[in-house]
Amino acid sequence: MDDLLSEFLTETVENLGTLDVEIVRLEQNPNDPSLLGNIFRLVHTIKGTCGFLGLPRLEAVAHASENVLGRFRDGELEVTPQAVTLILASLDRIKMIVSVLEQTEAEPEGQDGDLIAALDAMAAGETTATIATTAAPEPEPALEAAEAADAGMDDSISSEIGTRPGEVSLDELEAIFQSTPGPEDAPAAPVPAATPAPAPVAKPAGNDLVAKNGGGMTSAETADSAVANQNIRVSVELLENLMTMVSELVLTRNQLLQIMRRYKDSEFTVPLQRLSQVTSELQDGVMKTRMQPIGNAWAKLPRIVRDLAHELGKKIDLKMLGADTELDRQVLELIKDPLTHMVRNSADHGIEGIADRLAAGKTDTGTITLNAYHEGGHIIIEISDDGRGLNIEKIKQKVVQNGLASEAELEGMPLQQIQQYIFKAGFSTAAQVTSVSGRGVGMDVVRTNIEKIGGTIELNSREGKGSSFTIKIPLTLAIVSALVVACRGERFAIPQISVVELVRASNNSEHQIEKLNNVPVLRLRDRLLPLVSLAKMLNLDDQPAEAGSDSFIVVTQVGTYTFGIIVDKVFDTEEIVVKPVAPILRSISLFSGNTILGDGSVIMILDPNGIAAATGEIGVAQDENRADAIATEIMASRTRTSLLIFRAGDENPKAVPLALVARLEEIDCNKMEWSDGRPVVQYRGRLMPLVPIVPGYEVKRSGHQPVLVFADQDRSMGLMVDEIVDIVEDRIEINMKTERPGLMGSAIIGGKATEVVDAGYYLQQAFADWFDAESQQEVTANQIGKRVLLVDDSPFFRNLLTPLLTVAGYDVTTADNASTALAYCEEGRDFDVIVSDIEMPGMNGFDFARAVRGGRWQEVPMVALSSHTSAKDLDRGRDAGFNDYVAKDDRDALLQTLSQSISVA
Amino acid sequence: MANDLVTRRSSEAVDVSNEAAQQYVTVFVANQMFGFPVLDVHDVLGPQRITRIPLSPPEVAGSLNLRGRIVTAVDMRRRLSLPPAEEGTGKGMSVVVECQGELYSLMVDQVGEVLNLSHEAFEHNPSTLDPMWREVSSGIYRLDKQLLVLIDVDRLLDFSRSQAA
Repeated sequence: MDDLLSEFLTETVENLGTLDVEIVRLEQNPNDPSLLGNIFRLVHTIKGTCGFLGLPRLEAVAHASENVLGRFRDGELEVTPQAVTLILASLDRIKMIVSVLEQTEAEPEGQDGDLIAALDAMAAGETTATIATTAAPEPEPALEAAEAADAGMDDSISSEIGTRPGEVSLDELEAIFQSTPGPEDAPAAPVPAATPAPAPVAKPAGNDLVAKNGGGMTSAETADSAVANQNIRVSVELLENLMTMVSELVLTRNQLLQIMRRYKDSEFTVPLQRLSQVTSELQDGVMKTRMQPIGNAWAKLPRIVRDLAHELGKKIDLKMLGADTELDRQVLELIKDPLTHMVRNSADHGIEGIADRLAAGKTDTGTITLNAYHEGGHIIIEISDDGRGLNIEKIKQKVVQNGLASEAELEGMPLQQIQQYIFKAGFSTAAQVTSVSGRGVGMDVVRTNIEKIGGTIELNSREGKGSSFTIKIPLTLAIVSALVVACRGERFAIPQISVVELVRASNNSEHQIEKLNNVPVLRLRDRLLPLVSLAKMLNLDDQPAEAGSDSFIVVTQVGTYTFGIIVDKVFDTEEIVVKPVAPILRSISLFSGNTILGDGSVIMILDPNGIAAATGEIGVAQDENRADAIATEIMASRTRTSLLIFRAGDENPKAVPLALVARLEEIDCNKMEWSDGRPVVQYRGRLMPLVPIVPGYEVKRSGHQPVLVFADQDRSMGLMVDEIVDIVEDRIEINMKTERPGLMGSAIIGGKATEVVDAGYYLQQAFADWFDAESQQEVTANQIGKRVLLVDDSPFFRNLLTPLLTVAGYDVTTADNASTALAYCEEGRDFDVIVSDIEMPGMNGFDFARAVRGGRWQEVPMVALSSHTSAKDLDRGRDAGFNDYVAKDDRDALLQTLSQSISVA
Repeated sequence: MANDLVTRRSSEAVDVSNEAAQQYVTVFVANQMFGFPVLDVHDVLGPQRITRIPLSPPEVAGSLNLRGRIVTAVDMRRRLSLPPAEEGTGKGMSVVVECQGELYSLMVDQVGEVLNLSHEAFEHNPSTLDPMWREVSSGIYRLDKQLLVLIDVDRLLDFSRSQAA
């Protein structure tokens, strides 16, 4: 029998079996939307496939049932026993046709007019207007050109297609089909034979093919038998079992190895090593049997695109790059349908008709590009087209129409976020329901399927230019690398894939957990990370935490949402085999499975998605809005600074960045001494000048004087204040500039107008007035008058660092962005050292450094100024051309680095 | 312990042919005797290292590794609404049963002998029996000195019922 037909039959029989069960369940449970959606998809798949195989009778029945089901799903029709009976009757009809098809490879004679009329009557039972609002899932076109196990000729075709990167035009494809004698000919032949009356979607191209290859039968058979000698068909189930057994073997091996570590020089050591090695090889081998080139999933796409192009009167070129990229069979199966769907979407909705393309100034042929490649344990698949892109206005309309958001809300949304709505259920902007798409079970299914296997999908679309989807999925699902952590003595595994980094938090380290209204947060570099306590989440809080206040934070990323999980301990990473949890535990969304560790103990695997959802980040998967909102919030918090609020001189609150304040002291006024009419105090063995906030500030003569101590190198200066009010975290946005010395301006902080104090001014005052001579000595000769170019987009940092650097003897020029700085370069100005921020709007620090290195300033030492100072950032900075990397708030390090950089240069 | 059972099972296999008699593994929970059909029981285990599962239903004590399979441990006292065991009583044994392809380890105080029980001693649940017990018991056997409550494993492990109850 024809391969295509037999695959279709297997699939349909399977689907019909499921359908029977599901429809009966539906009758009992008429309001279950997931059930309805599922049934609808199954019928839709059957219908779609019929269309491609040219089985008009089957298609007509399926289409009519689908219409009724569509109305059920949209809640426009009530699920009554009569309706269910009718659906079941049509399923029986489908079964009957299928069984005849199985025996004779042709649809039986007969009419279904009565049944279809009944179905249509039911569908039309109420209003008929709204069917247009729904869209299609993936009709399975069953044009599996390369069934892997069938190997041989099929494979040669698919690989031939695959290995022509980007060059498979329709003509070439046809040429391949024509010039290749092989089983492909055989499958093609019976299709029209099985079509007594060609379907409306009949494909003239397909018929051409058959006509041209009519005599290929005998050569195909001989080729087939030769190939058969080298390949055997193995059922997937057998391979799955093998894989499971090997997984078990790996676990047992790990267990043995762990035991053996305790016994040195045992006679078991050598055989165990051998066993271990063989196991690893076996694991590799079995894994390989599961690996298939992604081209297998693509094999039917050229045909689909070609047929669609014919049908829609478009010219479409399908480019497939990296078709030999391999991935796990299980994963491949799961992404096959989403991929097909997306390509169809691109062809159907994305690419414009020839006239429209020409009108838009494009070439008449649209291009859909598929690109697959490996990237760090993941496979990335990009699907892009150069069509019309997503129509934002239509999406907005639809969003409002479906009540997903109000127009006002949409106004404030970034473009990217509006585009995300296409991943919602029942969302299709296709104006009308065609036989292939437009029913609204599209992109949401795609996303659900991809997320089910731990993947992510990103969308990027520009109106008029085209859309591009990027799918990122793990290579295999069977064995994953997991981080083992402990919480209140219990151990848990977290899939390594979602772990971004680990942070150790303790009271005396750089990172400490802070509380906002009892909600823990962590300041991590320049952002505020929401934290969840694993103990609290798992109700383990009743047990005391283990001794020591150190805890670890597992920074986890789910989609666009990054958060930290507080755990007590972090152990090793281990390769684990994910096993499903017992049915009774499946309702616990925080676990994705369990596994047995090398030491033989059972351990639960945490599901980062579930945790994110449980943190109130409800449905990271379902609800992109909230995730986006959080992401924006996190972005906003990047520019937040901890501020110390105090009063001094007058009633207005004043603020100074907390990072600049070394200590808060209360000085006993009796210990205050006067020198040259200014107050000083003996502080840590030295004299510390006390600076008034304004000249003529009334210094307290008795009691205690609160003082903010600013420390710089080994000198300190005290700023006298009346009262320390609060510490708040807020953004500094200077709303009003001021001419008054010592103030940077006024900003709204914590809802009040607050004067932001220029700490640099007071430092300068103290040092310039009091330590002039001394500081001159300390300033090493080489830095006097050296020219520094300071590039930073934040006025705050510019204002803070400029006086600091000036005091240290540098001649400072500032630029508020990289372009200004590069303009200085072109103007012919020269500097001895460049200090640049990394995160800047427009050109960032890395790009700036590259630009500098490529130009006239290539010899000028560059120092990066950033709040990211991990080893990775450092490397990245060095690669870009920075000589050194300094933390933003570490002024001493900056001065030291500058002086070093200059002397080296 | 597991071996113990297997030998006994095979030595007494002859008796199974006797239709009037059935073999049951007896266990004790809070001094009450319960019975499981011998063929339902996969293993009898001594005290095991059990991994607690946070957020799980109270009946679930955790999970354990039985020769590479993950087995869910069910606390029979909790399941039967009995008071928790006092410290030091019972050896903490378990019988492993299968239900819908999943293995469960039922934690009991003690595992007794395997008994041949004839149908004559069988009674339906008395109507006054606690509804929760009635739910999981398929009948009572009158023994010489005590009563044996016959457990229906499928119903015992159908937690949705107990939650609804």
